[in-house]
Amino acid sequence: MRDIDTSEIEEKLTGLIREAEYRLTPGCEKALKAARGEETCPYARFALDTALENAEISKEGVYPLCQDTGLAVVMLEIGRGVRFTGKPLSDAVNSGVRRAYSEGLRKSVCDPLTRKNTGDNTPAYIHTEIVEGDEVKITFLPKGFGSENMSKLYMLKPAQGTEGVIDAIVKTVEEAGSRPCPPVYVGVGIGSTFDGAAYLSKKALCRDVGTHSEREDVAAIEAEALKRINALGIGCQGFKGDTTAIGVACEVAPTHIAGLPVAVNIQCHCVRCAKGVV
Amino acid sequence: MTKDVFLPCGKKETASLRAGDTVYISGTIYTARDCAHREMFALLDAEKPVPFDIKDAFIYYAGPCPAKEGNASGSCGPTTSARMEGFAPRLLDLGLGGMIGKGEMNAETIEAVRRNGAVYFAAIGGAGALYGKRIKMSELVAFPELLSEAVYRLEVERFPAVVAIDPEGNTIYDKR
Repeated sequence: MRDIDTSEIEEKLTGLIREAEYRLTPGCEKALKAARGEETCPYARFALDTALENAEISKEGVYPLCQDTGLAVVMLEIGRGVRFTGKPLSDAVNSGVRRAYSEGLRKSVCDPLTRKNTGDNTPAYIHTEIVEGDEVKITFLPKGFGSENMSKLYMLKPAQGTEGVIDAIVKTVEEAGSRPCPPVYVGVGIGSTFDGAAYLSKKALCRDVGTHSEREDVAAIEAEALKRINALGIGCQGFKGDTTAIGVACEVAPTHIAGLPVAVNIQCHCVRCAKGVV
Repeated sequence: MTKDVFLPCGKKETASLRAGDTVYISGTIYTARDCAHREMFALLDAEKPVPFDIKDAFIYYAGPCPAKEGNASGSCGPTTSARMEGFAPRLLDLGLGGMIGKGEMNAETIEAVRRNGAVYFAAIGGAGALYGKRIKMSELVAFPELLSEAVYRLEVERFPAVVAIDPEGNTIYDKR
Protein backbone atom coordinates (compact mmCIF):
# COMPACT_ATOMS: atom_id res chain seq x y z
CA MET A 1 0.00 0.00 0.00
CA ARG A 2 1.08 3.57 -0.61
CA ASP A 3 -0.10 6.26 1.82
CA ILE A 4 -1.19 9.53 0.25
CA ASP A 5 -2.22 12.45 2.44
CA THR A 6 -5.31 13.98 0.84
CA SER A 7 -3.70 17.42 1.23
CA GLU A 8 -1.45 16.35 -1.70
CA ILE A 9 -4.59 15.83 -3.82
CA GLU A 10 -5.85 19.25 -2.76
CA GLU A 11 -2.54 20.91 -3.65
CA LYS A 12 -2.32 19.22 -7.04
CA LEU A 13 -5.96 20.01 -7.91
CA THR A 14 -5.56 23.69 -6.98
CA GLY A 15 -2.68 23.88 -9.45
CA LEU A 16 -4.64 22.06 -12.17
CA ILE A 17 -7.57 24.48 -11.81
CA ARG A 18 -5.22 27.46 -12.20
CA GLU A 19 -3.69 25.82 -15.27
CA ALA A 20 -6.98 24.89 -16.94
CA GLU A 21 -8.74 28.24 -16.58
CA TYR A 22 -6.04 30.22 -18.43
CA ARG A 23 -5.05 27.90 -21.28
CA LEU A 24 -6.93 26.19 -24.08
CA THR A 25 -6.01 22.52 -24.43
CA PRO A 26 -3.31 22.11 -27.14
CA GLY A 27 -5.72 20.22 -29.39
CA CYS A 28 -8.35 22.93 -29.10
CA GLU A 29 -5.96 25.76 -29.91
CA LYS A 30 -4.66 23.88 -32.94
CA ALA A 31 -8.22 23.16 -34.14
CA LEU A 32 -9.31 26.79 -33.77
CA LYS A 33 -6.27 27.99 -35.75
CA ALA A 34 -7.06 25.49 -38.50
CA ALA A 35 -10.71 26.60 -38.54
CA ARG A 36 -9.60 30.26 -38.82
CA GLY A 37 -7.37 29.38 -41.77
CA GLU A 38 -10.19 27.74 -43.68
CA GLU A 39 -13.05 30.09 -42.76
CA THR A 40 -14.74 31.86 -45.68
CA CYS A 41 -17.42 33.87 -43.81
CA PRO A 42 -16.02 37.31 -42.87
CA TYR A 43 -17.77 37.73 -39.53
CA ALA A 44 -17.07 34.14 -38.49
CA ARG A 45 -13.38 34.93 -39.26
CA PHE A 46 -13.70 38.04 -37.09
CA ALA A 47 -15.11 35.87 -34.29
CA LEU A 48 -12.35 33.23 -34.60
CA ASP A 49 -9.67 35.94 -34.60
CA THR A 50 -11.23 37.31 -31.42
CA ALA A 51 -11.22 33.84 -29.81
CA LEU A 52 -7.55 33.29 -30.69
CA GLU A 53 -6.57 36.76 -29.42
CA ASN A 54 -8.52 35.94 -26.24
CA ALA A 55 -6.43 32.79 -25.74
CA GLU A 56 -3.21 34.84 -25.99
CA ILE A 57 -4.44 37.38 -23.41
CA SER A 58 -5.49 34.62 -21.03
CA LYS A 59 -2.07 32.93 -21.19
CA GLU A 60 -0.68 35.93 -19.25
CA GLY A 61 -2.51 34.42 -16.25
CA VAL A 62 -4.57 37.46 -15.23
CA TYR A 63 -7.89 37.02 -17.04
CA PRO A 64 -9.41 33.52 -17.23
CA LEU A 65 -10.35 32.41 -20.76
CA CYS A 66 -14.08 32.74 -20.12
CA GLN A 67 -15.98 34.43 -17.29
CA ASP A 68 -17.95 31.21 -16.93
CA THR A 69 -15.17 29.45 -15.05
CA GLY A 70 -17.52 26.54 -14.69
CA LEU A 71 -18.89 24.02 -12.31
CA ALA A 72 -15.84 22.04 -11.13
CA VAL A 73 -15.92 18.50 -12.50
CA VAL A 74 -13.18 16.41 -10.90
CA MET A 75 -12.47 12.87 -12.05
CA LEU A 76 -10.21 10.73 -9.90
CA GLU A 77 -8.72 7.43 -10.99
CA ILE A 78 -7.53 5.92 -7.75
CA GLY A 79 -5.01 3.09 -7.81
CA ARG A 80 -6.12 0.20 -5.66
CA GLY A 81 -2.76 0.28 -3.89
CA VAL A 82 -3.47 3.75 -2.48
CA ARG A 83 -4.48 4.36 1.14
CA PHE A 84 -5.65 7.90 1.89
CA THR A 85 -4.65 9.62 5.10
CA GLY A 86 -5.66 13.05 6.39
CA LYS A 87 -9.06 14.64 5.83
CA PRO A 88 -11.76 12.89 3.80
CA LEU A 89 -11.07 12.87 0.05
CA SER A 90 -14.17 14.90 -0.90
CA ASP A 91 -13.27 17.57 1.69
CA ALA A 92 -9.78 17.83 0.19
CA VAL A 93 -11.20 18.19 -3.35
CA ASN A 94 -13.70 20.85 -2.28
CA SER A 95 -11.01 22.66 -0.35
CA GLY A 96 -8.87 22.78 -3.51
CA VAL A 97 -11.81 24.14 -5.50
CA ARG A 98 -12.54 26.75 -2.83
CA ARG A 99 -8.92 27.93 -2.80
CA ALA A 100 -8.49 28.12 -6.56
CA TYR A 101 -11.83 29.87 -7.17
CA SER A 102 -11.11 32.50 -4.51
CA GLU A 103 -8.57 34.06 -6.89
CA GLY A 104 -10.25 35.78 -9.84
CA LEU A 105 -12.57 32.93 -10.84
CA ARG A 106 -16.35 33.30 -10.86
CA LYS A 107 -18.44 31.50 -8.29
CA SER A 108 -21.18 29.93 -10.42
CA VAL A 109 -22.73 27.30 -8.15
CA CYS A 110 -26.13 27.80 -6.53
CA ASP A 111 -29.08 25.96 -5.01
CA PRO A 112 -31.23 24.64 -7.88
CA LEU A 113 -34.47 26.02 -6.45
CA THR A 114 -33.73 29.06 -4.30
CA ARG A 115 -30.86 30.02 -6.69
CA LYS A 116 -28.80 31.11 -3.66
CA ASN A 117 -25.11 31.06 -4.57
CA THR A 118 -22.96 28.75 -2.42
CA GLY A 119 -20.36 31.53 -2.48
CA ASP A 120 -17.22 29.47 -3.14
CA ASN A 121 -18.02 27.35 -6.22
CA THR A 122 -18.33 24.19 -4.16
CA PRO A 123 -19.44 21.48 -4.17
CA ALA A 124 -17.36 19.99 -6.96
CA TYR A 125 -18.92 17.18 -8.97
CA ILE A 126 -16.61 14.30 -8.11
CA HIS A 127 -16.30 11.02 -9.98
CA THR A 128 -14.07 8.23 -8.67
CA GLU A 129 -12.91 5.02 -10.29
CA ILE A 130 -10.73 2.34 -8.76
CA VAL A 131 -7.95 1.29 -11.14
CA GLU A 132 -4.71 -0.71 -10.98
CA GLY A 133 -1.57 0.79 -9.49
CA ASP A 134 -0.64 3.04 -6.57
CA GLU A 135 -1.19 6.50 -8.05
CA VAL A 136 -4.10 8.92 -8.26
CA LYS A 137 -4.82 10.45 -11.67
CA ILE A 138 -6.71 13.74 -11.43
CA THR A 139 -8.66 15.28 -14.31
CA PHE A 140 -10.18 18.73 -13.86
CA LEU A 141 -12.84 19.91 -16.29
CA PRO A 142 -14.45 23.31 -15.61
CA LYS A 143 -17.88 22.93 -17.21
CA GLY A 144 -19.59 26.05 -18.48
CA PHE A 145 -23.34 25.92 -18.64
CA GLY A 146 -24.15 27.74 -21.88
CA SER A 147 -23.03 24.51 -23.52
CA GLU A 148 -24.09 22.12 -20.72
CA ASN A 149 -27.67 23.38 -21.11
CA MET A 150 -27.70 22.23 -24.74
CA SER A 151 -26.74 18.63 -23.90
CA LYS A 152 -29.18 15.75 -24.42
CA LEU A 153 -29.75 12.13 -23.48
CA TYR A 154 -31.51 9.67 -25.78
CA MET A 155 -32.70 6.16 -25.01
CA LEU A 156 -32.63 4.77 -28.56
CA LYS A 157 -34.00 1.44 -29.71
CA PRO A 158 -31.25 -1.11 -30.42
CA ALA A 159 -32.52 -1.36 -34.00
CA GLN A 160 -31.66 2.30 -34.60
CA GLY A 161 -28.00 1.28 -34.47
CA THR A 162 -25.09 3.36 -35.71
CA GLU A 163 -27.27 5.58 -37.90
CA GLY A 164 -29.50 6.39 -34.92
CA VAL A 165 -26.46 7.32 -32.84
CA ILE A 166 -25.10 9.66 -35.51
CA ASP A 167 -28.55 11.23 -36.03
CA ALA A 168 -28.84 11.88 -32.28
CA ILE A 169 -25.43 13.60 -32.18
CA VAL A 170 -26.13 15.80 -35.21
CA LYS A 171 -29.67 16.68 -34.06
CA THR A 172 -28.39 17.82 -30.66
CA VAL A 173 -25.87 20.19 -32.22
CA GLU A 174 -28.40 21.46 -34.76
CA GLU A 175 -31.01 22.26 -32.11
CA ALA A 176 -28.39 24.00 -29.95
CA GLY A 177 -27.68 26.49 -32.76
CA SER A 178 -25.58 29.46 -31.64
CA ARG A 179 -26.29 29.05 -27.93
CA PRO A 180 -23.42 26.76 -26.81
CA CYS A 181 -20.75 29.05 -28.39
CA PRO A 182 -19.81 27.07 -31.49
CA PRO A 183 -17.51 25.78 -32.85
CA VAL A 184 -18.31 23.14 -30.24
CA TYR A 185 -16.54 20.03 -29.03
CA VAL A 186 -18.99 17.14 -28.71
CA GLY A 187 -18.61 14.44 -26.07
CA VAL A 188 -20.73 11.34 -26.64
CA GLY A 189 -21.44 8.43 -24.33
CA ILE A 190 -22.78 5.31 -26.05
CA GLY A 191 -24.13 2.40 -24.03
CA SER A 192 -24.12 1.68 -20.27
CA THR A 193 -27.20 2.98 -18.43
CA PHE A 194 -29.24 6.21 -18.36
CA ASP A 195 -26.72 7.84 -16.01
CA GLY A 196 -23.72 5.82 -17.18
CA ALA A 197 -24.03 7.18 -20.73
CA ALA A 198 -23.97 10.73 -19.37
CA TYR A 199 -20.81 10.00 -17.40
CA LEU A 200 -19.16 8.49 -20.49
CA SER A 201 -20.00 11.64 -22.47
CA LYS A 202 -18.17 13.76 -19.87
CA LYS A 203 -15.20 11.43 -19.95
CA ALA A 204 -15.18 11.80 -23.72
CA LEU A 205 -14.82 15.59 -23.31
CA CYS A 206 -11.67 14.98 -21.26
CA ARG A 207 -10.00 13.46 -24.32
CA ASP A 208 -8.25 16.25 -26.21
CA VAL A 209 -9.59 17.62 -29.48
CA GLY A 210 -8.09 15.79 -32.43
CA THR A 211 -7.86 12.36 -30.74
CA HIS A 212 -9.85 9.40 -32.01
CA SER A 213 -11.40 6.32 -30.45
CA GLU A 214 -9.19 3.25 -30.55
CA ARG A 215 -12.15 1.23 -31.82
CA GLU A 216 -12.36 1.56 -35.59
CA ASP A 217 -16.17 1.45 -35.77
CA VAL A 218 -16.42 4.13 -33.05
CA ALA A 219 -13.80 6.33 -34.74
CA ALA A 220 -15.94 6.05 -37.90
CA ILE A 221 -18.98 7.36 -35.97
CA GLU A 222 -16.86 10.29 -34.72
CA ALA A 223 -15.72 11.15 -38.23
CA GLU A 224 -19.14 10.83 -39.86
CA ALA A 225 -20.90 12.84 -37.13
CA LEU A 226 -18.28 15.62 -37.40
CA LYS A 227 -18.67 15.75 -41.17
CA ARG A 228 -22.46 16.02 -40.93
CA ILE A 229 -22.30 18.66 -38.15
CA ASN A 230 -19.98 20.82 -40.25
CA ALA A 231 -22.44 20.60 -43.12
CA LEU A 232 -25.13 22.24 -40.93
CA GLY A 233 -23.77 25.73 -41.61
CA ILE A 234 -24.27 27.08 -38.06
CA GLY A 235 -20.66 28.23 -37.86
CA CYS A 236 -18.62 30.07 -35.24
CA GLN A 237 -21.05 31.86 -32.87
CA GLY A 238 -23.93 30.94 -35.16
CA PHE A 239 -22.59 33.39 -37.76
CA LYS A 240 -23.22 30.87 -40.58
CA GLY A 241 -19.54 30.05 -40.98
CA ASP A 242 -17.87 26.85 -42.12
CA THR A 243 -16.86 25.24 -38.81
CA THR A 244 -19.64 24.29 -36.38
CA ALA A 245 -17.66 21.66 -34.44
CA ILE A 246 -13.94 21.11 -33.90
CA GLY A 247 -14.38 17.51 -32.87
CA VAL A 248 -16.59 14.62 -31.80
CA ALA A 249 -15.31 12.20 -29.15
CA CYS A 250 -17.21 9.00 -28.33
CA GLU A 251 -16.74 6.68 -25.37
CA VAL A 252 -18.53 3.34 -25.32
CA ALA A 253 -19.50 0.74 -22.72
CA PRO A 254 -21.63 -2.41 -22.89
CA THR A 255 -25.35 -1.89 -22.34
CA HIS A 256 -28.53 -3.97 -21.84
CA ILE A 257 -29.82 -6.10 -24.75
CA ALA A 258 -33.01 -3.99 -24.78
CA GLY A 259 -31.35 -0.55 -24.93
CA LEU A 260 -29.05 1.90 -26.68
CA PRO A 261 -28.45 4.94 -24.44
CA VAL A 262 -26.72 7.89 -26.15
CA ALA A 263 -25.68 10.98 -24.20
CA VAL A 264 -24.45 14.06 -26.05
CA ASN A 265 -22.54 16.53 -23.88
CA ILE A 266 -21.65 19.78 -25.57
CA GLN A 267 -18.56 21.85 -24.81
CA CYS A 268 -18.02 25.39 -26.16
CA HIS A 269 -14.96 26.35 -28.24
CA CYS A 270 -13.10 27.21 -25.01
CA VAL A 271 -11.98 23.65 -24.26
CA ARG A 272 -10.34 23.70 -20.85
CA CYS A 273 -9.11 20.53 -19.15
CA ALA A 274 -6.04 19.73 -17.05
CA LYS A 275 -4.65 16.41 -15.89
CA GLY A 276 -2.12 15.47 -13.23
CA VAL A 277 -0.87 12.53 -11.18
CA VAL A 278 -0.13 12.19 -7.46
CA MET B 1 -13.96 47.35 -42.49
CA THR B 2 -14.70 47.40 -38.79
CA LYS B 3 -16.56 50.53 -37.60
CA ASP B 4 -16.10 52.31 -34.27
CA VAL B 5 -19.28 52.83 -32.24
CA PHE B 6 -19.36 55.08 -29.16
CA LEU B 7 -22.18 54.38 -26.67
CA PRO B 8 -24.57 55.79 -25.68
CA CYS B 9 -25.03 57.73 -28.89
CA GLY B 10 -28.77 57.98 -29.59
CA LYS B 11 -30.70 56.15 -32.28
CA LYS B 12 -29.77 58.59 -35.08
CA GLU B 13 -26.17 57.41 -34.81
CA THR B 14 -26.97 53.69 -34.80
CA ALA B 15 -29.57 53.97 -37.59
CA SER B 16 -26.98 53.31 -40.31
CA LEU B 17 -25.71 50.05 -38.80
CA ARG B 18 -26.53 46.94 -40.81
CA ALA B 19 -26.67 43.26 -39.86
CA GLY B 20 -23.25 41.75 -40.48
CA ASP B 21 -21.26 44.93 -39.82
CA THR B 22 -18.30 44.28 -37.55
CA VAL B 23 -17.81 46.98 -34.90
CA TYR B 24 -15.64 48.02 -31.97
CA ILE B 25 -17.83 49.33 -29.15
CA SER B 26 -16.50 51.95 -26.73
CA GLY B 27 -18.23 53.99 -24.03
CA THR B 28 -20.68 53.30 -21.20
CA ILE B 29 -22.81 50.15 -20.92
CA TYR B 30 -24.65 48.34 -18.11
CA THR B 31 -24.43 44.65 -17.21
CA ALA B 32 -27.61 42.73 -16.40
CA ARG B 33 -28.49 39.06 -16.73
CA ASP B 34 -31.26 36.73 -15.53
CA CYS B 35 -31.63 37.73 -11.86
CA ALA B 36 -31.01 41.46 -12.44
CA HIS B 37 -33.74 41.51 -15.09
CA ARG B 38 -36.13 39.84 -12.67
CA GLU B 39 -35.33 42.53 -10.06
CA MET B 40 -35.75 45.34 -12.61
CA PHE B 41 -39.12 43.97 -13.69
CA ALA B 42 -40.24 43.85 -10.05
CA LEU B 43 -39.37 47.57 -9.83
CA LEU B 44 -41.22 48.38 -13.07
CA ASP B 45 -44.26 46.39 -11.92
CA ALA B 46 -44.26 48.48 -8.72
CA GLU B 47 -44.13 51.60 -10.95
CA LYS B 48 -40.60 52.44 -9.77
CA PRO B 49 -37.72 53.34 -12.12
CA VAL B 50 -34.96 50.89 -13.03
CA PRO B 51 -31.60 51.75 -11.40
CA PHE B 52 -30.15 53.60 -14.44
CA ASP B 53 -31.45 55.99 -17.11
CA ILE B 54 -32.79 53.54 -19.65
CA LYS B 55 -33.14 56.03 -22.54
CA ASP B 56 -30.61 55.09 -25.23
CA ALA B 57 -28.71 52.94 -22.73
CA PHE B 58 -27.19 49.60 -23.72
CA ILE B 59 -27.45 46.47 -21.61
CA TYR B 60 -24.60 43.98 -21.77
CA TYR B 61 -25.75 40.45 -20.97
CA ALA B 62 -22.79 39.47 -18.82
CA GLY B 63 -21.67 38.44 -15.34
CA PRO B 64 -17.96 39.10 -14.78
CA CYS B 65 -15.33 37.20 -12.83
CA PRO B 66 -14.07 39.14 -9.81
CA ALA B 67 -11.33 41.65 -10.66
CA LYS B 68 -7.77 40.93 -9.61
CA GLU B 69 -5.92 43.70 -7.80
CA GLY B 70 -5.26 46.72 -9.98
CA ASN B 71 -7.80 45.77 -12.67
CA ALA B 72 -11.25 47.27 -13.28
CA SER B 73 -12.81 43.88 -14.00
CA GLY B 74 -12.17 40.20 -14.31
CA SER B 75 -13.06 38.18 -17.41
CA CYS B 76 -16.35 39.42 -18.80
CA GLY B 77 -17.64 37.93 -22.04
CA PRO B 78 -21.27 37.85 -23.17
CA THR B 79 -23.80 35.30 -21.95
CA THR B 80 -26.64 33.69 -23.97
CA SER B 81 -29.09 36.43 -24.95
CA ALA B 82 -32.01 34.05 -25.58
CA ARG B 83 -32.53 33.74 -21.82
CA MET B 84 -33.43 37.45 -21.72
CA GLU B 85 -35.97 37.34 -24.57
CA GLY B 86 -38.83 37.58 -22.07
CA PHE B 87 -37.44 40.89 -20.83
CA ALA B 88 -35.95 42.69 -23.85
CA PRO B 89 -39.10 43.87 -25.69
CA ARG B 90 -40.52 45.78 -22.69
CA LEU B 91 -37.17 47.48 -22.01
CA LEU B 92 -36.79 48.40 -25.69
CA ASP B 93 -40.29 49.93 -25.63
CA LEU B 94 -39.17 52.01 -22.62
CA GLY B 95 -36.35 53.51 -24.71
CA LEU B 96 -33.44 51.10 -24.30
CA GLY B 97 -30.92 51.76 -27.10
CA GLY B 98 -30.16 48.06 -27.48
CA MET B 99 -28.36 45.06 -26.14
CA ILE B 100 -25.01 43.30 -26.37
CA GLY B 101 -25.00 39.53 -25.86
CA LYS B 102 -24.40 36.33 -27.73
CA GLY B 103 -26.53 34.16 -29.99
CA GLU B 104 -29.92 34.49 -31.62
CA MET B 105 -32.92 36.29 -30.13
CA ASN B 106 -36.54 35.39 -30.91
CA ALA B 107 -39.02 36.99 -33.31
CA GLU B 108 -40.67 39.14 -30.59
CA THR B 109 -37.30 40.66 -29.75
CA ILE B 110 -36.41 41.22 -33.40
CA GLU B 111 -39.76 43.00 -33.87
CA ALA B 112 -39.17 45.14 -30.74
CA VAL B 113 -35.71 46.12 -32.02
CA ARG B 114 -37.22 47.12 -35.38
CA ARG B 115 -40.23 48.93 -33.84
CA ASN B 116 -37.90 51.05 -31.71
CA GLY B 117 -35.04 51.47 -34.19
CA ALA B 118 -32.73 49.84 -31.65
CA VAL B 119 -29.83 47.47 -32.33
CA TYR B 120 -28.57 44.13 -30.99
CA PHE B 121 -24.85 43.43 -31.08
CA ALA B 122 -23.48 39.88 -30.85
CA ALA B 123 -20.22 39.88 -28.94
CA ILE B 124 -17.99 36.81 -29.16
CA GLY B 125 -18.86 34.20 -26.55
CA GLY B 126 -15.90 32.56 -24.88
CA ALA B 127 -13.65 35.60 -25.26
CA GLY B 128 -14.04 36.73 -21.65
CA ALA B 129 -10.37 37.54 -21.09
CA LEU B 130 -10.28 39.92 -24.06
CA TYR B 131 -13.47 41.74 -23.02
CA GLY B 132 -12.42 41.85 -19.35
CA LYS B 133 -9.11 43.49 -20.24
CA ARG B 134 -10.92 46.15 -22.27
CA ILE B 135 -13.11 47.25 -19.34
CA LYS B 136 -11.51 50.39 -17.98
CA MET B 137 -13.96 51.14 -15.17
CA SER B 138 -16.60 49.10 -13.38
CA GLU B 139 -19.00 50.52 -10.81
CA LEU B 140 -21.74 48.69 -8.91
CA VAL B 141 -25.11 50.28 -9.69
CA ALA B 142 -27.69 47.99 -8.08
CA PHE B 143 -28.50 44.61 -6.50
CA PRO B 144 -25.11 43.91 -4.80
CA GLU B 145 -26.56 40.72 -3.29
CA LEU B 146 -26.57 39.23 -6.81
CA LEU B 147 -22.73 39.18 -6.84
CA SER B 148 -21.56 38.60 -10.43
CA GLU B 149 -25.18 39.00 -11.56
CA ALA B 150 -25.55 42.53 -10.14
CA VAL B 151 -25.92 45.61 -12.37
CA TYR B 152 -22.56 47.28 -13.09
CA ARG B 153 -21.85 50.44 -15.09
CA LEU B 154 -18.87 49.69 -17.33
CA GLU B 155 -16.58 51.99 -19.29
CA VAL B 156 -15.29 49.92 -22.17
CA GLU B 157 -12.80 50.30 -25.02
CA ARG B 158 -13.05 48.59 -28.40
CA PHE B 159 -15.30 45.62 -27.63
CA PRO B 160 -15.39 43.51 -30.81
CA ALA B 161 -18.96 42.68 -31.90
CA VAL B 162 -21.12 42.02 -34.94
CA VAL B 163 -24.42 43.79 -35.64
CA ALA B 164 -26.79 40.82 -35.24
CA ILE B 165 -30.17 42.60 -35.42
CA ASP B 166 -30.10 45.98 -37.13
CA PRO B 167 -32.56 48.89 -36.64
CA GLU B 168 -34.58 47.71 -39.66
CA GLY B 169 -35.02 44.27 -38.10
CA ASN B 170 -32.61 42.40 -40.39
CA THR B 171 -30.61 39.69 -38.67
CA ILE B 172 -27.28 38.07 -39.28
CA TYR B 173 -28.70 34.65 -38.50
CA ASP B 174 -30.75 34.36 -41.68
CA LYS B 175 -28.03 35.74 -43.94
CA ARG B 176 -25.42 34.14 -46.21
